[in-house]
Amino acid sequence: MTSRALILQCLQCALVFAGAPLLAGWVEQCRAWFGNRHGAGPLQPYRVLRKLWRKELVVAHAASWVFRTAPYLLVAAMIIAGSIVPLLAPIVPLAPAADAIALVGVFAFARMVSALAAMDIGTGFGSMGARREMLIGFLAEPALLMVLFTPALISHSTSLAVIVRQLTTTRLFLYPSMAFAASAYVMVLLAENARIPVDNPDTHLELTMIHGALHLEYAGRHLALMEWAGAIKLATYMAIGIALFLPWGMSATGSASGIALATGLLAVKMTAAGTALAAIETLLAKLRLFRVPEFLGTAFMVAVLGILVHFLLGT
Amino acid sequence: MITQVGHDPLDIALAVCAMWLVLAAASLALSHRPRALRALFVGGAAGSFLFAAAGLLALFAPATHTTLPLGLPQLAFHLRLDALAAVFAILFGFTALAISLYTAGYLRHEQTARIARMAGQYHLLLAAIGLVLLADDAYVFLIAWETMAWSSYLLIISDDHMVLARRAGLLYLITEHMGAIALMLAFGILQAGTHAGLAGYAFGVMRETTLPPALASVVFALGLFGFGAKAGFLPLHAWLPEAHPVAPSPVSALLSGVLLKLGIYGILLFTLELLHAPLWWWGVLMLVLGLVTALFGAIYSAAQNDMKRLLSYSSIENIGLILAGIGLTVLFQAYHMAALATLALMATLYQTLNHAVFKSLLFLGTGSVLHATGERNLGKLGGLIHRMPWVAALLLIGSFAAAGVPPFNGFVSEWLLLQSFLGATSFPQPYLNMAVPLGAAAVVLVAGLAAYVMVKFYGITFLGQPREAALKNAHDAGFGERIALLLLAGGCLFLGLFPAWTVDLFRPAAAQLIDPGAARDTLEGHVLFCRLHAATHADYGPLIVLGALALVSAALVLILRRLAPAPLRRVAPWNGGHDTRTARMQDTAEGFGQPIRQVFAPFFRMQIQRPAPAETAPVYASRVEDPLWYALYLPITRSVCRMSEWVALLRRRRIAIYLLYAFVTLIILLVLAP
Amino acid sequence: MPLFAQITNLLAALFLLVAFAMLAQRRIVHLINLYALQGGILALSIVAVGYGTHQESLYLSAALNGLLKVIVIPLILYRLVRRLGLAWNRENLLRVPTLLLVGLVLNIFAFDVALPIAHLAGTINRDTFGIALASVLLSLLMMIVRTTALTQVLGFLSLENGLIFAATSVTYGMPMMVELGIALDVIVGVFILGVFFFHIREEFDSLDLHRFDRHEE
Repeated sequence: MTSRALILQCLQCALVFAGAPLLAGWVEQCRAWFGNRHGAGPLQPYRVLRKLWRKELVVAHAASWVFRTAPYLLVAAMIIAGSIVPLLAPIVPLAPAADAIALVGVFAFARMVSALAAMDIGTGFGSMGARREMLIGFLAEPALLMVLFTPALISHSTSLAVIVRQLTTTRLFLYPSMAFAASAYVMVLLAENARIPVDNPDTHLELTMIHGALHLEYAGRHLALMEWAGAIKLATYMAIGIALFLPWGMSATGSASGIALATGLLAVKMTAAGTALAAIETLLAKLRLFRVPEFLGTAFMVAVLGILVHFLLGT
Repeated sequence: MITQVGHDPLDIALAVCAMWLVLAAASLALSHRPRALRALFVGGAAGSFLFAAAGLLALFAPATHTTLPLGLPQLAFHLRLDALAAVFAILFGFTALAISLYTAGYLRHEQTARIARMAGQYHLLLAAIGLVLLADDAYVFLIAWETMAWSSYLLIISDDHMVLARRAGLLYLITEHMGAIALMLAFGILQAGTHAGLAGYAFGVMRETTLPPALASVVFALGLFGFGAKAGFLPLHAWLPEAHPVAPSPVSALLSGVLLKLGIYGILLFTLELLHAPLWWWGVLMLVLGLVTALFGAIYSAAQNDMKRLLSYSSIENIGLILAGIGLTVLFQAYHMAALATLALMATLYQTLNHAVFKSLLFLGTGSVLHATGERNLGKLGGLIHRMPWVAALLLIGSFAAAGVPPFNGFVSEWLLLQSFLGATSFPQPYLNMAVPLGAAAVVLVAGLAAYVMVKFYGITFLGQPREAALKNAHDAGFGERIALLLLAGGCLFLGLFPAWTVDLFRPAAAQLIDPGAARDTLEGHVLFCRLHAATHADYGPLIVLGALALVSAALVLILRRLAPAPLRRVAPWNGGHDTRTARMQDTAEGFGQPIRQVFAPFFRMQIQRPAPAETAPVYASRVEDPLWYALYLPITRSVCRMSEWVALLRRRRIAIYLLYAFVTLIILLVLAP
Repeated sequence: MPLFAQITNLLAALFLLVAFAMLAQRRIVHLINLYALQGGILALSIVAVGYGTHQESLYLSAALNGLLKVIVIPLILYRLVRRLGLAWNRENLLRVPTLLLVGLVLNIFAFDVALPIAHLAGTINRDTFGIALASVLLSLLMMIVRTTALTQVLGFLSLENGLIFAATSVTYGMPMMVELGIALDVIVGVFILGVFFFHIREEFDSLDLHRFDRHEE
């Protein structure tokens, strides 16, 4: 582990932390364009965060320390997740702390924390949001893990850094199983980030909310942190997808020029992925809540199919 | 009595067992002095500590054995403390330490007679459990096993004025006896295979002999049934959700934390030690059975409304995962893949230890809640985090552990188990190669459901607003209880944060059961990392995860204090714009389980009572029942009843008839004799 | 592995993915789209095999398949759907995950059965035979669980796709004559079925097969 790796790690943390709202803003902007609206510009999330920063902190009577520590824990968990995923080069020093399975675990931890925090207030909305979130969680988690198993089987390792190194160093190799994994991954990404076929991020009706209901009682800087955590989660999911399915262009050694190139490429890939996400959201309609198990069940089956194909074709 | 006296771990363990017996006897003498009786439990706790220490010592010493001049004329008591037993001795000692301390505090307000009875039965049970682990021949093993069943039965029915308790106890006792009969048969076959007469009952002789595969399979099946009745996997699970809620909480903790694990110990002993050449289909059978059990337990625990029932179904789920781990171990072992078998065994043992610690913690915590509120129904609890801050904080650790999320201990064993599933790609049978990864998916599904269940358990009990007015008077746990909960929560954190050290505890057992070389090389690591060896490069560093988590959130708190020092104001929560706002508008336990009931509807046997739209006092009730109860248990009961009716036909109320039966039997025997 | 073999494998995987998607798809219009997609993948993979083995005759076969299955038959089906007024019709499919699970089990079965057969074949893309077999079984499953006549026909057409795919992967395609014959059969079949649909609907007022069952009694 060299100082270069450390610098790289810091750079990545900063990039994930500071850049995540930009990605969220870009997705919103694209959705506005696709919906024939002007949109507020990709910088809007930063303005919202600044506004929330300054606002008074309002907390419900019944709230305990669980409610008040949750936003900090959530942001911390998301930053950890974001710094484990190889973003610019597969040599981050934090990578050994958690492999792909542990990464899924970190997301599960964050989900549990947010569900418990929502239940802490003791209103119907909060606990309803919590149970829906957990429902989606236990369905999406197996699918996500099956998605991650396919590259893990290809590279004989669950370490994301090893996987990415393996995928980038071999000659352009088309893994058929990865096609399955990729399509399942998109479905999981939509579900886990409260995106349209599963949850509507724009809704104002408490009874239809999933993710929103978890945030319902938060205000001021707590809410800012929750929003930020959501943005980092989206960015991390995008980063995982890019690392697994479009890893080309990452710097293998972490040289300065390589990193510069990788950063540029990452920006391009993220922009494209954000646009694609907005397009998917514009084209699809929200599913009824009890269609969601079907949606995620399909994602899971597709991912398992990827593993089967991997065994059959021996690649 | 003991052949050699020294600092041999086996001697220490034996002395502790003797001490427990003495304590049990002392409870009779002290039956009118409640303080002294409670002090007995502290003495028992000290014994448990010594027992765990003996286990720890035995891990790093060669297996020691001894014989006691007791028992049958040609079969003295054989005792032995080897690496596998040592792992379970540590588990048992540590858990019993916490439970004994807890009980000493928990029984404060009980009647003296009841404390005396419980003290006697409890220490007898501890001694029996200790002896099961030390036994090295079938005779001692079965004596200890049966003593364990009886004494735990008595503990379960300690509230014997409740019909439910008596019923649950009876169900437990019958299940255990069916299991014990199967075990006797299994030992009989094993002994016959050794051709060594009475000496063949010693495990040492059984280890030396290899049975032909068909006989070995019969022994395996009998053993699986016998130990399964104790461990409680499908379809022998029915006693668990009945017995746990009615037993006093420390007893539930001991049942779930230790007794179930002895079933696991027995299966490991049979499949990998006494029958040392496992067949591949045993592994597949256990894998499938384990996964089905785990899924069943997870789904059902999400639908429960009674907190102890919920936890006991979650025990079934964990036992299922452990069994799946054993299945995987056996499967690898059958194909001579030593490294992977070691990995799977370590996952299994890790999961066993984890479950013992966190489930005892959770059960003891429910005991405190029960004491404080008198309520077991989740739908009548809520908001206890304000009244019981200690219990709430410690149980939060237990809930995270049970949910299997990093950096807590449940996750480590899940990680190891998934890694061993991932390794399962080079079996000679293509079917297995393709089907085994599906097992990993089931494991993750179970873990996700476990998180759901734990959010339900914790959120409804401790978070939100109190659903009943009486909850306002709830008080926190006392000193002894707090110490016990702290110990167990500390255990959860240790197991979660130092996987590399914990795995070292399992190495000797893996060397004994599988292969010394593989046991040495399979997992390595130091304080920070736990690293898989050989082909799969993967690591997991819970300490780093926790450190980063703490560091980042602390930094955020500090920065935000400085940058955004907005004041905090307490207000009423948002209620959708309506006026009324009561604590009863929160989600009930039924409500929280509703998505699970909807998604897994075909698996349940449900009765739902929906109120009519115009009803003024609407009541919604849902009852979830176990379909296996109707499909398996009740038919068996009915057929037993029918058979006893036929037998009753032989009964006439005249003594001459009975004499005639005896006479006829004698004649028949005399005719058959030559 | 040479590039074109990788491409064939990838296309095979996509082929299977589409077969699964067809199994789970409720809307008829999407089903036809998926069918066209499957035909396209089939044609592409035949091209890839032809390129890899330098068999020019396969190009012709690919062109034929592409023309027929991507353009002609979907167009006919679209017209049928519009004329029958089924454009946004959706079928009641119960428990899609269960269905997919059954499909998965079928898949494992097919892969296992295909392994020994594939080893007999000497072709470059013999590994894809399992996939072809799996998609044939999936199409059969689809025909079993679907309730309307039109979707059953789609299942049948996708079954035919799977067969052609299997033939390509084991023996580099059937002889040209056979393939032409099948193509002709399929197209005539689709026409005849189209005509039948109208008659059926005039007779029974629906294409739901449950109703036929009742009328039989």
